[in-house]
Amino acid sequence: MVSRFPESETHLSWGRVLRARHRIARPSSPEAAEEALARRGGLSVLAFGLGRSYGDSCLNPDGLLIETRGLDRLLAFDPTRGILRAEAGVSLADLLATVVGRPTPDGGVWCLPVSPGTRFVTLGGAVANDVHGKNHGVAGSFGRHVRALTLLRSDRGRVECTPEHNGELFRATIGGLGLTGLILEVTLQLERVEGLLLEVEEIRFEDLEGFYRLAEESAGWTYTVAWVDCLARGRNLGRGIFSRARHLPGGAEHVERPGPPRLSVPVTPPLSPLGRASLTAFNALIWRRLGLAGRRVRTVPWHRFLYPLDSIGAWNRLYGPRGFWQYQCVVPPAEAPRAVARLLETIAHSGQGSFLAVLKTMGPLPSPGLLSFPMEGTTLALDFPNRGSPTLELLARLDRIVLEAGGRLYPAKDGRMPAHLFRVGFPNWRAFAELVDPAFSSAFWRRVDTADERAQVMELAA
Amino acid sequence: MSGPSVAVFGATSAIAEQVARRFAARGARLFLVARDSARLERIAADLAIRGAASVHTHAADFDDAAALGPMLEAMGRSVGVPEIALVAFGTLGDQTAIARDVDAVGRVLTTNFVSPARLITALVERMEPEGRGLVAVLTSVAGERGRASNYVYGSAKAGLSTFLEGLRHRLAGSGLQVLDIRPGPVDTPMTRELGLGGPLLASAERVAADIERAIDRRRSLLYTPWFWRWIMLGIRTLPEPIFHRLQL
Repeated sequence: MVSRFPESETHLSWGRVLRARHRIARPSSPEAAEEALARRGGLSVLAFGLGRSYGDSCLNPDGLLIETRGLDRLLAFDPTRGILRAEAGVSLADLLATVVGRPTPDGGVWCLPVSPGTRFVTLGGAVANDVHGKNHGVAGSFGRHVRALTLLRSDRGRVECTPEHNGELFRATIGGLGLTGLILEVTLQLERVEGLLLEVEEIRFEDLEGFYRLAEESAGWTYTVAWVDCLARGRNLGRGIFSRARHLPGGAEHVERPGPPRLSVPVTPPLSPLGRASLTAFNALIWRRLGLAGRRVRTVPWHRFLYPLDSIGAWNRLYGPRGFWQYQCVVPPAEAPRAVARLLETIAHSGQGSFLAVLKTMGPLPSPGLLSFPMEGTTLALDFPNRGSPTLELLARLDRIVLEAGGRLYPAKDGRMPAHLFRVGFPNWRAFAELVDPAFSSAFWRRVDTADERAQVMELAA
Repeated sequence: MSGPSVAVFGATSAIAEQVARRFAARGARLFLVARDSARLERIAADLAIRGAASVHTHAADFDDAAALGPMLEAMGRSVGVPEIALVAFGTLGDQTAIARDVDAVGRVLTTNFVSPARLITALVERMEPEGRGLVAVLTSVAGERGRASNYVYGSAKAGLSTFLEGLRHRLAGSGLQVLDIRPGPVDTPMTRELGLGGPLLASAERVAADIERAIDRRRSLLYTPWFWRWIMLGIRTLPEPIFHRLQL
C-alpha cells in the first residue's frame, strides 16, 4: 500500500537547488526498515540521513526516502580496542557526545578516525560518501576505518559485509552513495589520540607556490587545510591562509565539548546577503586577520578546528531561495599546481567568487570504495550562489579543466556533473553498477547511469 | 558516580527513549519495560554505552493485569524502589477507524487510561513509603477539550490527568511528587504514519529535554513545548457555537 507513506516536498539537499516530491518512511527499528522496504510497491528507494549532501545524490524525486535518523542506537563499544558498532543513523555529533573522549587503556583518548567538515552527518552517510577530512594524509578516507557493514538488500535481505566476506559488496557500499542497499549497521575502528586539544598554526601564503611549500613542510602535522582568496588575481592568484594542527597530550577532561549551534539562520532570506560586496569585505578581513606577522599559533578544542561552520545552524539558507552549488574536485599531483591555478583564474575572471574556497592536499593512502572520491592530489572545494545559467556555464568551464588534468568531482557535492565526466573520473563505475540494489536509485544515479554518453561528450566538447 | 534509579514503562516510545538517554548520560540505573523485547534489547545496549550504570529490561504487555505483579517484582530485583518512574506507554490510533468501533474504543480507553492508572497505583504503593521520588506520566494536550479528530484518545488522557490531579492531592506533603506531562503533537513514527505534521510538531529530543528539566525541578504540570499551555487555554475557552465551526 504505497499510499501509506506520507508525502513531502521539504526534503532538500544542503545546496537547496533541486525541489522534488518524495514519499517518506521513518523506521525506528531495523524491522520497521525491512517492513518499509517490503511494502515499497513500485517506488524506488534511497536512504536519507541528515541531508548534508549538497546536490542530488541524497534525493530520489517521486520515489521513497527511508529516513535513517530513527535508527540511531549504539550497539557495542569495546573501550580497549576502540571498536564501535552502531546503527547507521547515529550522527557523528552523537558520537562526539558519547564515545569520543573516552579513555584508552594506555592513557590516550578515543577519537573519530576521519571527520568531514561537519559533525551533522550520519555514520551511514559517512560510509556512503566515503568522506575524508583534514587528516587525509595520515588517515586516508573514512572507509579505511570501517570494519564491517550490515546491509539490507531488496533482493537478498540482510547481508553482513567485511573486506573478506562479501568483499565486493563491502567495497561497493563504501562510497556507494546509498545505492547498494540500506546500510543498517556500521562497525568502526576509532583512532587513539593523546587528547582533544589541538595546537593550531595559521600561516599566510602569497600564492599557490607558497601553498605547496607549506603543504610539503607540514608532514609532521595531523591536520592541514587552506582557505584561498578566490577574488585575488594576477600575482596574488592563489593567496590564502594555511592551517595545520596536531593533538596535544592531556586527554579529554576540561576540554570544552560541542553543544548545539549558538547561532542559527531561522528562515531563508528573500535575497541572499552573500553577494559580491560582502564577499570582497569578507575576504579582505580574513586576509588581514593574521596581522603583520602573517602567522599565529593557538590552542583550540578539536571540534572547533574541525567544524567551524557547525557553530551557525542552517547556514545554507544564507544563499537565499535559489540555493547554491558546491564544486569539489581532486586533481592528481603532477597536474595539480597548473590545474588549480587555471581553476582559480577562471573563477576570478568570471566574477562569481566563492565564499568558501578550501584547498587541501590528499595523500597516497588508497580509498577502499569502488566509487571513493579521495585520491592522491590536490582538492579544491567551492560554493557558488545559484544564479542559473551563468553559474552552470562557469562550472562547465571548470569541468573541462578537471577533465584535462585527469581529475574527478565529488558526487556528495554534485548536482550537475555530466555523465561523461563521472564515468571518466570513476573508471570502476561499470563494476559498481552491477552491485546496485535493483530497488534503489537516486536523482544523481539516474543522471549519470542512464544518460546517453555520446550526447554528453558532445555537450562537453561544445 | 551513580545517578538516580529510573524505571521507564513504555521504554520503546520515542519520547521515553530520549528521556532515558538523558538519564543514562547522568549514570542512572535503569529499568525498562516494553512489549517488544527485540527493540528493548537494542535500546538497553545503547543506553549502557551512553553511560547508564546499569540497565535491566522486562518485556510485558501493560494491558494484561496479570503481568503487573511479575513486572514490579522484576523492578524490585533490578533497581529496588526507583527514585523516578516514567509512565510513557499509549496508543494514538486512527480516530476515524476507532470512533464507530465498539471494541476499538474499549481498547484505546484501556491502554491509555485503565492500564496506566493500574500501574501508577501499584507504583505509588511502593514509592510513597520512601517519602521521596517522582512519578512522571505522559498525558496529552488532547485531553483538554474533546475534539472530533481524537476525542476517544483525548478522553482517556483527560481521565488520566484527573487521576494524577487527585493522586497529587492525596500525596501532598508525602514527599512523592506526581508530574503530569502534556506534550503537543510530537514528531514520532506514530504521528508520521497518520500524516500529522506542520510547524507546531516538536521533536522528541526537545520534549525529552523539557521533561528532564521538569523532573529535576519537581514540577507538577508540564506543557511541552511551552506554547501549548496558551494554545490550549484559547481552545478551552472557545464557546461551542464557534468551536463547532472549526475543524480541529
